[in-house]
Amino acid sequence: MIAVNAIDITLPLTPEIISSLNPGDIVRITGTVYTARDAAHKRVTESLANGEPLPFDLVGQTIYYAGPAPAKPGHVVGPCGPTTSARMDAYTPQLIKAGLRGMIGKGERSDAVRGAMREYGAIYFGVVGGAAALIARCVKRCALVAYKDLGTEAIRRLDVEDMVAVVLDKG
Amino acid sequence: MRIIQASEVEALIKQLILDAEFNIGDDIRSALQTALLRETTAPARLALEQILENQRIAASEQTPLCQDTGMIVVFAYLGQDVHIDGGFEEAIQSGARSAFHEGYLRASVVADPLFDRINTRDNSPAIIHLRLLPDDDNLRLLVIPKGFGSENMSAIRMFPPSAGRDGVVDFIVDTVRRAGSKPCPPTIIGVGIGGTFEQCAQIAKLATARRVGSINPDERYAALESECLERVNALGIGPAGYGGITTALAVHISCVPTHIAGMPVAVNIVCHASRHSEGSL
Repeated sequence: MIAVNAIDITLPLTPEIISSLNPGDIVRITGTVYTARDAAHKRVTESLANGEPLPFDLVGQTIYYAGPAPAKPGHVVGPCGPTTSARMDAYTPQLIKAGLRGMIGKGERSDAVRGAMREYGAIYFGVVGGAAALIARCVKRCALVAYKDLGTEAIRRLDVEDMVAVVLDKG
Repeated sequence: MRIIQASEVEALIKQLILDAEFNIGDDIRSALQTALLRETTAPARLALEQILENQRIAASEQTPLCQDTGMIVVFAYLGQDVHIDGGFEEAIQSGARSAFHEGYLRASVVADPLFDRINTRDNSPAIIHLRLLPDDDNLRLLVIPKGFGSENMSAIRMFPPSAGRDGVVDFIVDTVRRAGSKPCPPTIIGVGIGGTFEQCAQIAKLATARRVGSINPDERYAALESECLERVNALGIGPAGYGGITTALAVHISCVPTHIAGMPVAVNIVCHASRHSEGSL
């Protein structure tokens, strides 16, 4: 266990939590996040555009940009680090507009995403890319939510405990 | 002539892939420990501590370091005095599939890159580069599972010879600057100079697997590597992009003869989970 001075936060995010945090803050996140990466984002935004129901209620929720490796028997999840957030930039402003408030990933975001974060009060956290076995230990439960055919790119609900992250951006 | 059974190739490939996926090289670990001594800010230190802790967990649980267990790249050096009894390429593909199943690796490959992008579900195919070696009766295999967070940030450019040393340095530094924190810094930067378009990229990839801390035997290139590393680390991107003085652990430059009209330069970036493993039969 790495000793670290961090701010404890519990999901779902509230406007109060978001406004109390600043870029550079180290946080310990506990609560529910949803995994989604390229292919899932494409489907979710297509559903939004067509006015179809989404596989989970986005409002106030947090997406973790991750596609875990398969779980070994007896494990909740396989290694589960972040993927590059920028690949989701094309879809993210629409998701934030639809209610998404938190994102966890790695790397810089586009101006459009930063603008949407600012306008709607969303926040972006970074976790360490490549620290996947360590991050998997924070995942206490993992359940498939949608798009099973996408394999690792399916949407999963993860219950995380004490996931150490850094506030990267609020727009 | 020496006979090597295809089944031996298959078994070695599987073993090398799993070794690379679970166990980081001591050269990289020690470079990260040195970086931890030099970084002073809390987020940068946290990132390095988490990376080192992740390496300990992966090794002790024999679980992949990163969920992106990569596309499997194999460099095979086959002595001409060897006869492989059985299908050579199929042995490699089959060994890679076994590693995928036994190691709980991720299926990260799609069959068609542009249109349907349907997952192959067993991480196949592995990419194979084969060279024949004269007066040799061994088979040497270098396995590099390559994740795409860093692969996506790589670049190649066909420079005119007039671009010179400064052109090369600027291109390397610009490529790392544009990559920002996306390729999971601290990274290792493999650079190829010369050859043709495809050979340049290939030697850049091979350069990523050179031992961190090793010195380029050509003094001019050794000096170029030091200068590039210094400039890359002055960018301030830092571990995980949290800011700091360790954006890369090493710059490794490899060069080959090229055409009178050109000077290709390829920059292949690898994350701190720089996975590679080597073995022979």
